[in-house]
Amino acid sequence: MNLAAVRKVAVAVFRESVRDRVPYSLVIFAVILMAASFLMSRLTAGQDLKVIKDLGLATMNAIGLLIAIFIGTGLVAKEVERRSIYAVLSKPLSRSSFLVGKYVGLVLTLTVNLAMMTLAFYAMLQYMHLTTDDWIKQGWRAPALDPRLLVAIGLVGVQLMLTTAVALFFSTFSTPMLSMLLTLAVWVAGQFSGDLRNFQAAVDSPLAAALARGLYYVLPNLDALDVKNEVVHGLAIPWAAVGLGVASIAAYIGVLVTGAVLIFNRRDFK
Amino acid sequence: MLAIETEGLTKDYLVGFWRPRPYRALHDLTLTVERGDVFGFLGPNGAGKSTAIKLLMQLIYPTSGTARILGRPVGDVEMRRRIGFLPENPSFYDYLTAEELLTYFASLFDVPAGERAARVSRVLDEVGIGAERRMRLRSYSKGMVQRVGIAQAIINDPDVVFFDEPMSGLDPLGRRDVRQLLLRLRDRGCTVFFSSHILSDAEALCSRVAIIAQGRLAGGGRLADIVGADVLGWELIADGMTPAALDLLRPRTRQVTALPDGRYALDLPPEAPEAAVQALSAAGGRVVSLNPQRHTLEDYFVQHVAQAATREAAL
Repeated sequence: MNLAAVRKVAVAVFRESVRDRVPYSLVIFAVILMAASFLMSRLTAGQDLKVIKDLGLATMNAIGLLIAIFIGTGLVAKEVERRSIYAVLSKPLSRSSFLVGKYVGLVLTLTVNLAMMTLAFYAMLQYMHLTTDDWIKQGWRAPALDPRLLVAIGLVGVQLMLTTAVALFFSTFSTPMLSMLLTLAVWVAGQFSGDLRNFQAAVDSPLAAALARGLYYVLPNLDALDVKNEVVHGLAIPWAAVGLGVASIAAYIGVLVTGAVLIFNRRDFK
Repeated sequence: MLAIETEGLTKDYLVGFWRPRPYRALHDLTLTVERGDVFGFLGPNGAGKSTAIKLLMQLIYPTSGTARILGRPVGDVEMRRRIGFLPENPSFYDYLTAEELLTYFASLFDVPAGERAARVSRVLDEVGIGAERRMRLRSYSKGMVQRVGIAQAIINDPDVVFFDEPMSGLDPLGRRDVRQLLLRLRDRGCTVFFSSHILSDAEALCSRVAIIAQGRLAGGGRLADIVGADVLGWELIADGMTPAALDLLRPRTRQVTALPDGRYALDLPPEAPEAAVQALSAAGGRVVSLNPQRHTLEDYFVQHVAQAATREAAL
């Protein structure tokens, strides 16, 4: 794999993706949704900051997820379907460089999208900070412009990197629609990873418990990367668990991208 | 060193959903292309032309057989620095402009950053893309996309270029431009391998051809040998013919066909058409045109495709 070639492909993917209307519309949607959460908070006495933070973080996660799934599953499939892949792969570029470049390009796009949403989010929190009376602020468990929000957002970013890798993996051998469903299934299962580990407490069947435990080991543990609750409520972030979670997700991404490259290298483009 | 060589190149696809079975799209293709040739790879639709080209570009992998370009295996990434490829009905990225697309492709060939803009501009000029080069490709017509496709195939000044149906989607002016471009590439020493089922293009451009039908090589060789220099007869178009003049000429002709506006087409044998022309003038007729009749590439093509179909039916 040639890193210079990976960079060139990534830049082209980024350029193409940021001009695609889909991410723009989703970002605008996110901004609207966050503004709506601000209005809604006006109706929840004393809980307004928490509501804004909760909804803001959840919206970023959901929008990022949509971008990762919609663009991620189309990364390869769209190129094959429209035959644009023919011209690219005839260039002095290995298939692995092409695929990894695609992945990096979309991660770059997601990062920029997330950064834009973060700026909008902090702007709203700043407005909240400036327009709230001091006696109300004293009741807040965490400040409006809490820098720990960046940790939660960063971990959303890590989750999105994984989702993109899952989407890329499935899109190397299945249709965009099936890839979308499978990626969504993995993401949902990953959110409930902690529940799968302790499934024997909820069911009597040893087989179901064993199956759930097996899934727990196979599926990514996205649960460990969710610190929204801790950040919003001013609780301590479990750094050790988060560190372990990030390391395991990084390894998971490595395995998925390698798997995607192995499948892609053997594929016929009819 | 040969530009292109294949040996026993074969490709099977699996067809059928419930019980997949192999379908042979290309049978044992062995051919060579000399450097500097303009090589026409001809065949009817579905004959296996694109399959062979995709194997050469390693977009698909062979079931058996080997292929080399410029003496290197087709999977060699470095070798691809010296080749260009126009896919059939090309498609590119909707949200990039032609300039951006070509700049991206030029970067993949490691064209130095300082030279890219000039190179891109020159190549777009060469294929006739003007101010539209700064528009996004999604707004391009099919013919303009085809021109961009040709531009990206020659952005690296290749030694060998593969064009899969280069005239597809082009209007008559576009086809003329592409024919001239192919000849310029030939004059620069570039080997041109192009697939087509438009025989007039092949006849005007190629030094050698291969005919493929039913996935098999059905014929080929030097175009000069195929069309031949031998005159098989003459077609004389005449007007001002009286019935007496026609009767006078009839013994010298193989066939007489009446045309609109009182003209006649006379099919003359290969020997000395001058006598017939003199007889026509003496009888008060006038020569409109006199053309030699030779073997055509179309005759060769039709004959070999039909033979391939017969062989296939017998298997």
